[in-house]
Amino acid sequence: MNWQEFFAMGGYAFYVWTSYGVTLLVLLAIAVLPVIQRKLFLKELAHKMKRMKKS
Amino acid sequence: MFLIPDSVGRFFHRMASPPHFYAFTGRLLPWLTAIFIILTAVGLYGGLFLAPADYQQGDSYRIIYIHVPSAWMSLFIYVVMAVAGAIGLVWRIKLAEIVMISSASVGAGFTFIALLTGSLWGKPMWGTWWVWDARLTSELILLFLYLGVIALYGAIDDKRTASRAVAILAIVGVVNIPIIHYSVEWWNTLHQGPTVSKIDKPSIHVSMLIPLLTMAVAFKFYYLVAMLQRARTELIQRERNSQWVKGLIE
Repeated sequence: MNWQEFFAMGGYAFYVWTSYGVTLLVLLAIAVLPVIQRKLFLKELAHKMKRMKKS
Repeated sequence: MFLIPDSVGRFFHRMASPPHFYAFTGRLLPWLTAIFIILTAVGLYGGLFLAPADYQQGDSYRIIYIHVPSAWMSLFIYVVMAVAGAIGLVWRIKLAEIVMISSASVGAGFTFIALLTGSLWGKPMWGTWWVWDARLTSELILLFLYLGVIALYGAIDDKRTASRAVAILAIVGVVNIPIIHYSVEWWNTLHQGPTVSKIDKPSIHVSMLIPLLTMAVAFKFYYLVAMLQRARTELIQRERNSQWVKGLIE
């Protein structure tokens, strides 16, 4: 089987690859967003603590 | 707890302590992520390359490798969420509440994926994106339950009160789980009946079954990864005034 045939998915390329593409995006977003949020939160908290120490 | 070995009891007792949970899951997550990625690579290689096309559905059936595991996860995570909610209600364990609410977004994601991939599979096979049959409708209600849980948690400022309200909603919603599972047997649905869970003789060839089960295990690991990432964020936000969270910064 060559690659062209593989990507064509027997004529169902749109349905199959949309399914896989959206799944990838949704799963990536759900796992990565909390990591970004945590980094931002800790950064903000560090800022706050610095200011508290100064005053 | 005479049935639980002492070491296991000690493990859960320690895990209920927020700083210990935070440190332990931080060490665990790279491993869980690696296992998820490897299993997904193996499962997709088997499903997309090795497995033959279906004799009736051609290559469109390959959506099964994400559709069915996602649908299983949507039910599994709901039950975990409700059980964690019940534990939080009865024993007031903060970490049970956090596991409960952290499961909701992952469960909602899998439910959405199950519905969307089902629709993308239904269009070429049934000739329609959507029908109001029992399986599809009850799965849609599951999505609304997850979204209700997330919205209710966000609407109440005091997170301990929010957790109790959410736990009750989650537990009541469990009634929907057997309805989804048995919908294809109780009602005449356009959705096909079970092909895998007939243990004695699954009506699916082994070259298709193995990648499917591999993907199911991979998604279990994904759930652990995503849920724990959310839980760690939720935990430090809730405990922002405690010494151990301040200790993370210094």
